[in-house]
Amino acid sequence: MSANEDSNAYWSANVRLILISLVIWALVSFGFGIILRPLLSGISVGGTDLGFWFAQQGSILVFLALIFFYAWRMNQLDKEHGVDEE
Amino acid sequence: MDQFTLNLLFVGASFALYIGIAIWARAGSTSEFYAAGRGVHPVTNGMATAADWMSAASFISMAGLIAFTGYDNSSFLMGWTGGYVLLALLLAPYLRKFGKFTVSEFIGDRFYSPTARLVAVICLLVASITYVIGQMQGVGIAFGRFLEIDAFWGLLIGACVVFAYAVFGGMKGVTYTQVAQYCVLITAYTIPAVFISLQLTGNPIPALGLFGSTESGEPLLAKLNQIVTDLGFAEYTAAHGSTINMVLFTLSLMIGTAGLPHVIMRFFTVPRVSDARWSAGWTLVFIALLYLTAPAVGAMARLNISDLMWPNGTNAEAVSVEQIETDPEYAWMATWQKTGLLGWEDKNGDGRIQYYNDANADLQAKAEANGWKGNELTNFNRDILVLANPEIASLPGWVIGLVAAGGLAAALSTAAGLLLAISSAVSHDLLKGQLTPNMSEKSELLAARISMAAAIVVAVLLGLNPPGFAAQTVALAFGLAAASIFPALMMGIFSTRINNSGAVAGMLAGLVVTLLYIFLHKGWFFIPDTNSFTDADPLLGPVKSTSFGAIGALVNFAVAYVVTNMTKETPQHIKDLVESVRVPRGAGQAVDGH
Repeated sequence: MSANEDSNAYWSANVRLILISLVIWALVSFGFGIILRPLLSGISVGGTDLGFWFAQQGSILVFLALIFFYAWRMNQLDKEHGVDEE
Repeated sequence: MDQFTLNLLFVGASFALYIGIAIWARAGSTSEFYAAGRGVHPVTNGMATAADWMSAASFISMAGLIAFTGYDNSSFLMGWTGGYVLLALLLAPYLRKFGKFTVSEFIGDRFYSPTARLVAVICLLVASITYVIGQMQGVGIAFGRFLEIDAFWGLLIGACVVFAYAVFGGMKGVTYTQVAQYCVLITAYTIPAVFISLQLTGNPIPALGLFGSTESGEPLLAKLNQIVTDLGFAEYTAAHGSTINMVLFTLSLMIGTAGLPHVIMRFFTVPRVSDARWSAGWTLVFIALLYLTAPAVGAMARLNISDLMWPNGTNAEAVSVEQIETDPEYAWMATWQKTGLLGWEDKNGDGRIQYYNDANADLQAKAEANGWKGNELTNFNRDILVLANPEIASLPGWVIGLVAAGGLAAALSTAAGLLLAISSAVSHDLLKGQLTPNMSEKSELLAARISMAAAIVVAVLLGLNPPGFAAQTVALAFGLAAASIFPALMMGIFSTRINNSGAVAGMLAGLVVTLLYIFLHKGWFFIPDTNSFTDADPLLGPVKSTSFGAIGALVNFAVAYVVTNMTKETPQHIKDLVESVRVPRGAGQAVDGH
């Protein structure tokens, strides 16, 4: 059944996109903001280090970009796979 | 015009605006009451969700917690914004496609079990009521300040106002009111921050000012680090707590954000599935406007307070009692003293108030040499920082009035949204869905309003002994939502396998274990001295009670998986339902499930 195959392809493309996005999500917050902060301590930003910037500002900006990217890409996928709302 | 009249004027005018809108958009049918007929544009919905979401915790409490701990409380910033990524990617579009009114309806249908729906209602009530406690604290402080009375009376007056306000409209009234509230609260938060950023760094954008330089060319954060360490406090930008606890705490707040019913409910109100995705993004845009400003507010306020207490630098004499009592720059201290949330005491009788960290061993010698007998700024409730901030920076009176109105807008909008979620859980899911299915629309609306009143009474009673500052109380609510609701929703969408027994067992396990951990550390029902452990020395290594939600969620997933494997497979029609939720096509107007 091609319809079924296509909806499987749509779903796995979606899951792949979600996974990539969540890796970035975790990297900027738990990674750069907390766990990897000591590694970034050499890069200074306004009187402190890059990890502090990620924890208090950078991660929020990346989150924003991620959500809009996901919404844009999913709307494309909806159309490609013919599952968008008419 | 004196400050008291000015505050009343601003608060009164903003209230008149909200009530006017609520009356204009009064809900007629149950469908309008819960989901505003699904006619809300994503940007409008984003703005309303942002107001709904940003509560007393974000507005009144968060910057204060960051100000006094610095980097370690970055968890609030990352956690409360990062949750929207989870919401946008993992939940919002699918729940909109499913097309029902409430979160528990989805859980009940997906797990083909009235028991699952009932358990979801219980989880939702526990998390929401804990959340309302935090809001009530904020309302109490804001009313206490602008009426210049004790915070306890502020709490009682606030409870009456919240109730009167929440019963007026349903979601539709609330949606447009919340758009107005967003505008009020973001203006109120930004204007003083811009003034203060200009004063300290010359940069009109607080988020840039935070990483900018002071007049002398020294970076703001470096100067702040210097001053707080001089006074014996922990360095502002350095990490002090446990890394594991910080990761778990941030994760709890993130998962909790995506599991809170009153936020998820908002995504039922957009017209289309693709709008649900955009709507989450717009919500975060409006939230980020405040969240990018908050760390600047915290750092700059901390600097201003230290400067006020040590007007000639940390190596000169401290501020004198006489100056605090007579200098208009210090007038805010006397007004806040009336709320019982700020206090000072000249312990060594030298006529000056020394503000320093008396628990720091390195400062003992200096203290002895100077004849200091302990920190004399004896009480500084973190929750007053944002409201007091414009006064601390000697900003004009109208800014102070505006901030009072903004703080109340934040607390009220969230309290109203939560009460709506609570009332729909009781009247729609519990009564109509389970106990009395033949209930008329009219009695359903009546039941909704009665449950709102009951929820406020419970929240006020428990709020008399709050388990922490407003944002910390709210963090506990997030832990509960993280451990109970989010895993069930996520498994319901991303797995066709998890069955009714698995979901019920998972939710109960997550809720019970998290609630138990919280009560063990914060006291049973938050009653003082009934706790067996403290957050300074928690039961599980570094894991504080506010961070346990992430572990609770893990327990939920694990239990659901194991129980599913031991019980009967999910029927085919449910698997088909899950498949259909995953594709946007065919999402019509949502229908009532009965």
